[in-house]
Amino acid sequence: MEKSTQLGMNRTGADMSPIHSKAMLKGQSLFKVGPIDSTGMAAIRSSYVQLKEPVGSVPLPGTFKGVLTSGKEKMTGHNPEVLINKLGERLAFERSGVRLYDALIMKIEADKADEGKDIVSINLLKQFREEEYEHFLMVKEVMESVGADPTAQTPDADVAGLAALGIQKVMTEPRTSLSQCLEALLTAEMTDNGAWELLVELCEEMGLDDTSAEFRRALAQEEKHLEQIKSWVRQLTMGQAEKAL
Amino acid sequence: MSVNLLDARGTPLDQQRFTWRDLVQDPISKLDDDAFTRVRIILANGLEQQANRFQHMCSQMNKELREPLAMIRRVEHHQQTMINWLLSSDHSPIETTIGYEQVAIEVTAAIAQQEPDPYLAQVYRFGLLEDFDHMYRYSALLDRVEGKDANNILQSYTDIVPGRPTVDEHRHPTDDLRDHYDRKTAAPVSKMNALTIMSGEYQTRDYYMNIGPTFSDPVARQLYAEIASIEEQHVTQYGSIIDPDETMLEKWLLYEANEAYNYYSLLESETNPRIKAIWERFLEYELGHLDVVKNLFKKYERRDPAEILPEALPTPIPFESQRDFVRKTLEEEINLRANGTQFVDKSEESKASLDYRNHINSEGSPSEAVSAGYQWAPGTELARKSS
Ligand SMILES: [Fe+2]
Ligand SMILES: [Fe+2]
Ligand SMILES: [Fe+2]
Ligand SMILES: [Fe+2]
Ligand SMILES: [Fe+2]
Repeated sequence: MEKSTQLGMNRTGADMSPIHSKAMLKGQSLFKVGPIDSTGMAAIRSSYVQLKEPVGSVPLPGTFKGVLTSGKEKMTGHNPEVLINKLGERLAFERSGVRLYDALIMKIEADKADEGKDIVSINLLKQFREEEYEHFLMVKEVMESVGADPTAQTPDADVAGLAALGIQKVMTEPRTSLSQCLEALLTAEMTDNGAWELLVELCEEMGLDDTSAEFRRALAQEEKHLEQIKSWVRQLTMGQAEKAL
Repeated sequence: MSVNLLDARGTPLDQQRFTWRDLVQDPISKLDDDAFTRVRIILANGLEQQANRFQHMCSQMNKELREPLAMIRRVEHHQQTMINWLLSSDHSPIETTIGYEQVAIEVTAAIAQQEPDPYLAQVYRFGLLEDFDHMYRYSALLDRVEGKDANNILQSYTDIVPGRPTVDEHRHPTDDLRDHYDRKTAAPVSKMNALTIMSGEYQTRDYYMNIGPTFSDPVARQLYAEIASIEEQHVTQYGSIIDPDETMLEKWLLYEANEAYNYYSLLESETNPRIKAIWERFLEYELGHLDVVKNLFKKYERRDPAEILPEALPTPIPFESQRDFVRKTLEEEINLRANGTQFVDKSEESKASLDYRNHINSEGSPSEAVSAGYQWAPGTELARKSS
C-alpha cells in the first residue's frame, strides 16, 4: 500500500486531542454570536465586481489579413478574437501539460519503491507527454497561420493557468503519492477533453474545416489519455483496498 | 542542560557552512507534526529575519563593523532559509497565517507571564488580545473562502473567539508608542523578550505584506491590508519598548544572546527529533556569533560583556497552550485601550486615535464583514449549521 494510505498520527482532527478540544468548545459558549451573515462580504465583493476590469485583453493580430484566412481556409465568424483567445488557452495548457507529464515521469523514475509501477506504464506516460507536445506545436502553427501571435499570453490562457496552479504543485511535491499525482492529472485531462471538444466546435462554426478535422484527431488522443488515467487511478485505489482487507 | 553565555565559544564562524541540499531539507508534515513544531519554526524564522535586518541597518551606520557584520549576516540568512523552508507546500497562505497568529498568541502569552517588569508585561498582554482577535477573523476567512477548518492547523491548542475587535485596534501612530525599558536597570530577560516579540511581529507584518496581493478575493485582499496595518502598529509598539540609548554593539550582543536563548528554548521543548537537531546545531552557531561579538565589544567599547549579558540563560520559553491565561486576560483587559504610552479604559481614548479610526473604517470594515455571525465549530461553520 502507498504510504499516504497508511494509518498514522494525523493530528488535525478534534478527536486527536479530546481534552483540548473540549476546553476549546467550552470557550465557544463564552461569547454570543448573531446569525451567520455574509452580506458584508458580499458588499465588498460586489463593490469590486461592479467596477471590474478584465484580467487583460486578447492581443491584436500581427497581420490583420491573416485573421481572415487560415491557409486556404476562409474564416466566417465575425469575432476572430474569440478563437485567438481559445487557441492561446489551448496552446498554454498543452505546453504546461508537457511539464506535468515530465514531472510525473521523473518522479516515478526516481521512486524505486512505488508499488504502482506494475499498474502504471511509464512508456504510455511518455507517449502521452509526446502527444501533449505535438498538440502544443499544432496549435502554435494554427495560430501563426491565422496571424495570431503564439508567444502572447491570452486572457483565457492566463486564467486556465491560474486554475491549474494546484495541479502543478501536486505533481512536483516529492511527498505526494502516485495515486495523488494521477488524480491531479485526471483533473487536468478532464478539463483538457472538454476544452478540445469546444475548440473543435468553435473551428467548425468559424468555417475552419481543415483545422477542425486536425483538432478532432487531437481530441481522440485526449480521450484516450483521460480513459487511461481514470483507469489507473481506479486500479491503484481498488488494488490497495483489496490488499488492505 | 545549561548554557554559560560568558564562556561558551559555540561553533567557530568559519565552520558554519551550508550546501543547497542541507539548506532545503524535508519539510514538516502539516497533518502529522505537532502544531507547536510549526510554531517554533515560524518563531525562529522571525528571529533570523530580524537578526539579518538589524545587521543590515548596522552596516548602514558603521564602517568598522561592516566586515564582521557581513560574515555573521550571511549565516543568519542561511539559518533563516533552512528554517523557513521547513514549512510544507500544502499550507495555503491562509493556513500559514493561522500558524503565524498562533505564534503571536502562544509566545506572547508565555512571555507576558515570565516578564518581570509589570509595565512591559502589560504591553505584551495588550498586544496579545489584538493578535487573538486576528485569529478569529482569519479563521472566518479560511472557512468562508477556502472552506477549511482553522483548527486543523491549531490542533485545539488555541481558542478561536473574538478578542479586542480588530476594527477598534486602529490607532493614531503616537498612541502606539510605549515607554522603553532602561538599559542600565532592566533585567537581561526583559531586553531579550522585547527582541523576541518584536521579531515575531515584524515577520508577521512582512508576511502579510507579501502574500496580501496574491489573493484573488477582494475580501481577503482587504483583510490582509487591514491586519498588516495592525502588525505595523505592533512593530511600532514593541520596537519602542527597546532603549534607544543602547550602543550598536550592546544591541548586537543582545540579539545574538537572544537567538541563543530562543534556540535553547526551542530545543528544550521540541518533539520532532529531526527538527530538534537543527535547533541544537543553531544554538551552537549563535554561541559562535556571540563569541565574535563579545570580542568586538571588548575591542571597540573596552567594556566587559558581563555588563550586558547574564551568565546563565533565563528559564526557557515554554511552548504549550496558554488558554487559561489568555481567557483571564480577555476577561480582565478587553476594554483597555492605549492613550500615548499609557493603557486606559476605552472611554478615555485620544481624539487623535478616534479620528484616525473613524476615517480608516469609514468605507467599511473588512474584519467585521468577513466574520459577521461567525462561530468556530469543529469541521467548520457549515458543520455547525447542519447540526
Ligand atoms: Fe492530455
Ligand atoms: Fe541566527
Ligand atoms: Fe496578528
Ligand atoms: Fe501582532
Ligand atoms: Fe546570530
